[in-house]
Amino acid sequence: MTAATAAPTAVETPTMTGSQVVLQALVEQGVEVIFGYPGGAVLPIYDAIFQQDRIRHILVRHEQAAVHAAEGYARSTGKVGCVLVTSGPGATNTVTGLTDALMDSVPVVCLTGQVPTHMIGNDAFQEADTVGITRPCTKHNYLVTDPANLARSIHEAFHVARSGRPGPVVVDLPKDILMKPAPYLAKDAVRHRTYHPPREPEMRRIEEAVDLMARAERPIFYVGGGVINAGPKACAILTELVRETGYPITLTLMGLGAYPASDAQFIGMLGMHGTYEANMAMHDCDVMINIGARFDDRVTGRLDGFSPQSKKIHVDIDPSSINKNVAVDVPVIGDAERTLEALLAAWRRRGNTVATGRTKSWWGQIQEWQTKKSLRFRQGKDVIKPQYAIQRLYELTRERDVYITTEVGQHQMWAAQHFHFDKPMHWMTSGGLGTMGYGFPAAMGVQVAHPEALVIDIAGEASWLMNMQEMSTCIQYRLPVKSFILNNSYMGMVRQWQDFFHGNRHAESYMDSLPDFVKLAEAFGAVGLRATKPSEVDDVIKEMIKVEKTVIVDMVVDRTENVYPMIPGGAAHNEIKLSPEEDGPHEAISEEGMVLV
Amino acid sequence: MAQPVPQSSQALFSDAEQAAEERHTIVVLVDNEPGVLARVIGLFSGRGYNIDSLTVAEIDAARALSRINIVTTGTPLVIEQIKNLLAKLVPVHSVQDLTVEGPHIERELSLVKVIGDRERLVAALRIADFMHARLVDSTPESFVFEMTGTSEEIDSFIHLLEPVEVSRAGVVAISRGRLLLKEREQAPEP
Repeated sequence: MTAATAAPTAVETPTMTGSQVVLQALVEQGVEVIFGYPGGAVLPIYDAIFQQDRIRHILVRHEQAAVHAAEGYARSTGKVGCVLVTSGPGATNTVTGLTDALMDSVPVVCLTGQVPTHMIGNDAFQEADTVGITRPCTKHNYLVTDPANLARSIHEAFHVARSGRPGPVVVDLPKDILMKPAPYLAKDAVRHRTYHPPREPEMRRIEEAVDLMARAERPIFYVGGGVINAGPKACAILTELVRETGYPITLTLMGLGAYPASDAQFIGMLGMHGTYEANMAMHDCDVMINIGARFDDRVTGRLDGFSPQSKKIHVDIDPSSINKNVAVDVPVIGDAERTLEALLAAWRRRGNTVATGRTKSWWGQIQEWQTKKSLRFRQGKDVIKPQYAIQRLYELTRERDVYITTEVGQHQMWAAQHFHFDKPMHWMTSGGLGTMGYGFPAAMGVQVAHPEALVIDIAGEASWLMNMQEMSTCIQYRLPVKSFILNNSYMGMVRQWQDFFHGNRHAESYMDSLPDFVKLAEAFGAVGLRATKPSEVDDVIKEMIKVEKTVIVDMVVDRTENVYPMIPGGAAHNEIKLSPEEDGPHEAISEEGMVLV
Repeated sequence: MAQPVPQSSQALFSDAEQAAEERHTIVVLVDNEPGVLARVIGLFSGRGYNIDSLTVAEIDAARALSRINIVTTGTPLVIEQIKNLLAKLVPVHSVQDLTVEGPHIERELSLVKVIGDRERLVAALRIADFMHARLVDSTPESFVFEMTGTSEEIDSFIHLLEPVEVSRAGVVAISRGRLLLKEREQAPEP
């Protein structure tokens, strides 16, 4: 049995039901909001929710959206997001959200109902093997089969979700456990038996890292979402360290906002659709300082062509991320905040200062790459370029407290390229799993956490339709989420790949029979706006900001635009392609590259 | 139990694919809770790693601890991944790579059945005697032998005996000398 068999000896009167224990544990864990959907197996918890006012419940319209909303809530606050769904289909509908949270290291606790313990295994109505199904898509999961373990399991779930590399945890709750009397165990009375990931880096490694950094002639900081997960303080220390070294920094898709985009040392996002200068600098650097990034295939390109001359420092809280894809020279296991603190202290202790002389020619090279202006696009008079729409959205909202979520596809990459983030936790996108349908419910979760903020889902029409039922949720809770749909009537990224790699054959990537998004908004009781010409873009954006309601913007954009720059599958960083207007016609992709996703 | 590694499941185009595969014996101390074995097996199948042998049994009932012995093959990078991923599982107390940490003992138990006429059985008994296997069941037409030894010894016993049915327990292993598998240990260093 679980570690919890060492049941509390001095239990006070078990006058609470299992459901009340669950709620009490959530309150003690700091939960203020639950995103959920009721059903037979969780009715006892819903009954307990009805009879209290400490936790607010947001009724979503699909369980997948509940998890994405909890992710948005978690990523914009740094707290653990909380989900409540019923057994069977309720639980199976969460699988995409849980996998998304696992891939992007988002702390979420998902409570699932289950059929009563005596019926488990009998193919009961709405029974599913939830712990079996969610085992590979959670950081950990629990099936509570004894009321004595209930409080402990919930507290442990929160501990596991937020400690180390954060992630989703499922607690499966059979209905009889929720209805029986159960002892309550306070949070502080629970200490996890095994799971205590180390936070402090090894000092020996810190010294090795600073040795390399101090001698570097072509250094680069390569920083990912781990620093954002470590918190705003980690981001502030990172900014200090980068400024004190004077080295260039590039951020991953997940890391945007960890360092101010407006700073001159920031050379843009890297990876498949990163800037020319960031990818070239990664390829040519002599010391790479990776903090909280995981050498994802979208970042590295072809591994044997990945940054061949560099010594690599890799800071990660997850030992299994180190030496997984790329062998590194200095592995540092630790929390990003503690490690950055230690690196900064060691850097200062040695009296290192901004290395103007040592890195002068390197910066000269980077500035030369920057003259390529790899994100450049040409906005004409008639058709709205999607990049232009995002650029205007950025310009017209930059004075505000604005949070951006995205769906997945071309619009996501353009948002990453053309919307700039100076603060962490204001950018929520599905990086690892690439979940179409993520952005709208995630924006909903962000808006719940920040009722006064401007929350915008930069979307494509295809992705947005995947979770559009959440319009109803937004209206019910008066969440003024803005869906900024770049409508090109295509699954744009699919179409782009078909253009490049499949002879322009657009198999099933055309979006036929799209709804009239303005009327759709009105049908839900929201506001719909449309722009079809570049001259209308500013007015529509201003109107969208002004309306204190849920808004759908139908931004009708150029249908043939592609995302550049691009490192094709199976290519190395220095084989990056610029827009054909800049770069001439492209060669066909290699056979090996074709099999890559 | 062996799972073939799909060619493309590992890091694409990495040097790891060219590196030679090594056989490692890894022992894992876990909470004996429902699903813990599924977590370990799922880790291997989900990521396309090999399991050559796997044994598991409770070793401390009072503290509800089980010990899992895994024999696996992979490139050095893959072996390191396996250890780190095992250590990351929540109910895992510690992970020890006996192949790296020094001399250790590996043993396996097997039950081996032979069927045939008297002549065949007598021949089998001679081989069993010579290999230090034990006769644990006999009928006029059949013998069952119990043989304990290294996997290689059992391999050669089976090779010599040509039995009709074989049941093997998988490898159990323990380090030599004073080295102990600690109950609570943080993730091993890469």
